[in-house]
Amino acid sequence: MKNQKVTNNMDWVTILLYAILVVMGWMTIYSASLPEQTTSLFDLSQIYGKQILFIIGSVPLIIVVLSIDAKIYDKYAFIFYGFALLLLAGLFVFGSSHKGQTNWYSFGGFSVQPSEFAKIATSLVLAKFLSDVQINLKNTNHQLIALGIIFLPVMLIMLQPDAGSAMIFMALMIVLYREGLPGWYLATGGIAIVLFILALLIKPAILVGLCLIIILIQYFITRRALRNPIISALALVAIAAFVFSVDYVFENVLEAHQKDRINVLFDKDVDMQSEGYNLNQSLIAIGSGGWFGKGYLEGTQTKGGFVPEQHTDYIFTTVGEEWGFAGAVLVIAVFITLLLRIVYLAERQKSKLSRTYGYCVASILFMHFFVNITMLIKLFPTVGVPLPFFSYGGSSLWAFTILLFIFIKMDANKVNEW
Amino acid sequence: MRKILLPILIVAATLLIIARLFYLQILDDSYIKKSDNNAIKIKYEYPERGYIYDRNGKLLVANQPSYDIMVTPREMKDLDTLQLCELLNIDRDYFNKRLEKARVYSPRLPSVFLPQLSKKEFAAFQEKIRRFKGFDIVKRSLRDYQTTAGANVFGYIQQVNDAIIKRDHYYKSGDLIGRQGVEQMYEDVLRGTKGVKYVQKDRFNREIGSFKDGIYDTIAVQGKDITLSLDGELQKYGEALMFEKRGGIVAIEPRTGEILALVTAPSYDPALLVGRERSKNYTALYNDSISKPLYDRGLLAEYAPGSPFKILTGLVALQEEVIDENSTFVCHHGFSYGRGAFMRCHDSGTNRLHEGIYKSCNTYFGNAFRLTIDKYPKAEYGVAAWSSHLKSFGLGDFLGYDLPPGKKGLIPTPKFYKRFYPNGGWSGSTIISNSIGQGEVLMTPIQLANMMATVANKGYYFTPHMIKKIEGQQLDKKFTTKHVTTIDKQYFQPVIDGLFDVYNLGTASRLRVEGIEICGKTGTAENFMKIAGKRTQLDDHSIFVAFAPRDNPKIAIAVFVENGYWGARWAGPITSLMIEKYLKGNTDSQKAREEYIMTNGLKATYEKYLSGQPFLINQGR
Repeated sequence: MKNQKVTNNMDWVTILLYAILVVMGWMTIYSASLPEQTTSLFDLSQIYGKQILFIIGSVPLIIVVLSIDAKIYDKYAFIFYGFALLLLAGLFVFGSSHKGQTNWYSFGGFSVQPSEFAKIATSLVLAKFLSDVQINLKNTNHQLIALGIIFLPVMLIMLQPDAGSAMIFMALMIVLYREGLPGWYLATGGIAIVLFILALLIKPAILVGLCLIIILIQYFITRRALRNPIISALALVAIAAFVFSVDYVFENVLEAHQKDRINVLFDKDVDMQSEGYNLNQSLIAIGSGGWFGKGYLEGTQTKGGFVPEQHTDYIFTTVGEEWGFAGAVLVIAVFITLLLRIVYLAERQKSKLSRTYGYCVASILFMHFFVNITMLIKLFPTVGVPLPFFSYGGSSLWAFTILLFIFIKMDANKVNEW
Repeated sequence: MRKILLPILIVAATLLIIARLFYLQILDDSYIKKSDNNAIKIKYEYPERGYIYDRNGKLLVANQPSYDIMVTPREMKDLDTLQLCELLNIDRDYFNKRLEKARVYSPRLPSVFLPQLSKKEFAAFQEKIRRFKGFDIVKRSLRDYQTTAGANVFGYIQQVNDAIIKRDHYYKSGDLIGRQGVEQMYEDVLRGTKGVKYVQKDRFNREIGSFKDGIYDTIAVQGKDITLSLDGELQKYGEALMFEKRGGIVAIEPRTGEILALVTAPSYDPALLVGRERSKNYTALYNDSISKPLYDRGLLAEYAPGSPFKILTGLVALQEEVIDENSTFVCHHGFSYGRGAFMRCHDSGTNRLHEGIYKSCNTYFGNAFRLTIDKYPKAEYGVAAWSSHLKSFGLGDFLGYDLPPGKKGLIPTPKFYKRFYPNGGWSGSTIISNSIGQGEVLMTPIQLANMMATVANKGYYFTPHMIKKIEGQQLDKKFTTKHVTTIDKQYFQPVIDGLFDVYNLGTASRLRVEGIEICGKTGTAENFMKIAGKRTQLDDHSIFVAFAPRDNPKIAIAVFVENGYWGARWAGPITSLMIEKYLKGNTDSQKAREEYIMTNGLKATYEKYLSGQPFLINQGR
């Protein structure tokens, strides 16, 4: 039974969904980068031509990933991780800068973004670490190690600085929770995010007052035996400190463009021609799509090139404009089917390693999908993260492909591991 | 819980995103408009306005190119205001004002910045236009008049105002529209249709091709040429005859209802309302409240018709059978028609209808009128019958001709008199002044001319009209429909015979034209004006109506000269000259008369009313 043909056990549904996304992605890139004079589809001076090359290039990559013995990922996880950290650190010496961010290695005409591959390595290490039978996330030390695994690359990425990529790693918290991290970590994180947003919208003093009322109500409705005035008081102090520091953080820690992006979201006086331009154009492109869009290759905003970076982070605007609400929902449907399929497969795994890794894949893809699309429709501040399998770029396509197919390989292998 | 957190997050996020997309793409349609503003530019191609020809095929109104400088405020960039102002010879104030106006109209649509540049001004600017981002030149065609006459017939073209733009979406800022005259009446025909081109723009506002390969584009449709029934020569001649006089001349071809001449005096050179001086000149004409050059007297001035109205009084009396050709009335320089009521007349003797007309006997028509009204048991029935006969001549209502302004005139109805005399007690005698065209009746010159055309036709008329032919289009049916009066054909002959003898034996015997048999009638109408708050009588209006030749009439005409005293003094000679000019093409037989009319006027008369001094009226020979 050992090492039976991988193709027999592969989950073809996942692969089909992957293929659909890649093809639809290419179609939109083609529309978004169509020059005035049509040339050959394989014109390598054109963005869509290069993307074809990247898509073709991912085929041998898939074959290699599927051919490698799944044990390798287990065995060498820490080496991959160390290598990834090294690459991230090396950016500060050899990396090339783009728009103030040092997050690329350039080799001639080709560039690689190590943070994309750090996600794979981190996922593998996290999976390996959590799959150890001795590890229990109720244990504080183990908690710290697990968080350390995640935050080490995050810190390096933040230094680039690339807040978008760093944010993606936060998705791995969901994995930790799945594997036993106490719920209050996520709860605290969730509350902090809500408080941060509220603190930007209403006066800190009022917000703290509201929190005091909520804590008091919570205090008096809990059973007398469970009441703990010290913890309640500490919680209030912590909230107050956090809320009052938000303003400070916002004004002094965040960069000007980060502040703008948050201000744009809340319609605080921003110039739609400058800092609000990207979001405004994105909304116009998507919003003008209507039910069924303007038709493939017929998007006026897309043709006019109004949306900046439309073939990369803003690729979904072309879907919204040319394919309309119907097309956008279709793409989203394919995406969530893939995500839910991965979660379903992960839960089916018999090995904890592949289950955890599968969860990492689903969480990371979900975070990309969520952040990318919500930033285009003014639900999230603008952060530069690509839409998996859709956005133009070899580095990101290949990284997502490897990320996904390692899991497909693990999944196909589950029989062997038994 | 740990197992389902991620699926819950995924589903919740999806629902959130779809809801938001639904709002953006379906509920909120503002983005569609924003997208069009962003990415699609509408370019117009202006067709040339149709030419206007006269009945003989002579070109009256052509076009000349004109260039408007347009500005699109949002596209302005790095502007050297000083240089622009110098180049266009405008001051900073004008610049600011126009720019503000353009911004108010629309920051992203072009508005007129400086209208109607000449070719030379345009050339100087065109060389440097690339330096002025946001400025653009649009070529339009302006009118080029081949004649100095007929301004009131043509009307003019002007830039559309905001009210028109709001009402009619065809027009955009800077577009031209016909106002007044045939330019307004036949605007749709003359202007053609703008061509529209949708152009895809990119984010630098560059044009990168046509939108959807031009499936929404339309090609400009040329304006159609129109041919007027106007005789350009006759019109010009008529305007010359009205030298320093106020009033109007209306000439109609009886057989067709075509208007041959429509003169109002004073008038103006149509070329005044073209080009950059247009606005200034228009204001000057508009503000001239004394001679009112923009007021088309031929169509708008309601005068008491005076003696020519006797023609109608006679016809109605014949039709009502209260008189016949041989009925006679005795005149003693007038007649008494009630207790102490006496209508004066310059005539005396026993008159039949024939003499009544050529002698213009008040007594005859006063009696005929009274008999008409009193034929009925109640005066109101009489007036009703009388007024319905008159209305069949197109009186007391708009005639329906194809020029914008009009007045109904006034033909009193029983209702009118009931309101006037709420306690009753009125009869034919009370309103007898109407018999001789004084009293309450009012007519415009074109109604008078139409009345003469109807008499010439012996009982029918076609709605007078200015249009003769529109390229590739049928004439409006209302201009080819015969309007038949309530007067039987047989009753016209005695009246026409009387009118003919006006020239042989009557008031116009000195106005005969060699070789042309004219039927006509003089008229003199009292009139009043408020001077310093006091109703003051002015010199009588000089009126003349005629048609010629007697058999197979070719022209019917009405001439009004305000305050010209008696009919044969000014209006009569003008009529003779117009008729000869039209029928013979020259006026060789009346050169002396022509010379006099063309060099003498009523300037002194009009001035005396305004002098503030007391004045005498109806003086002179």
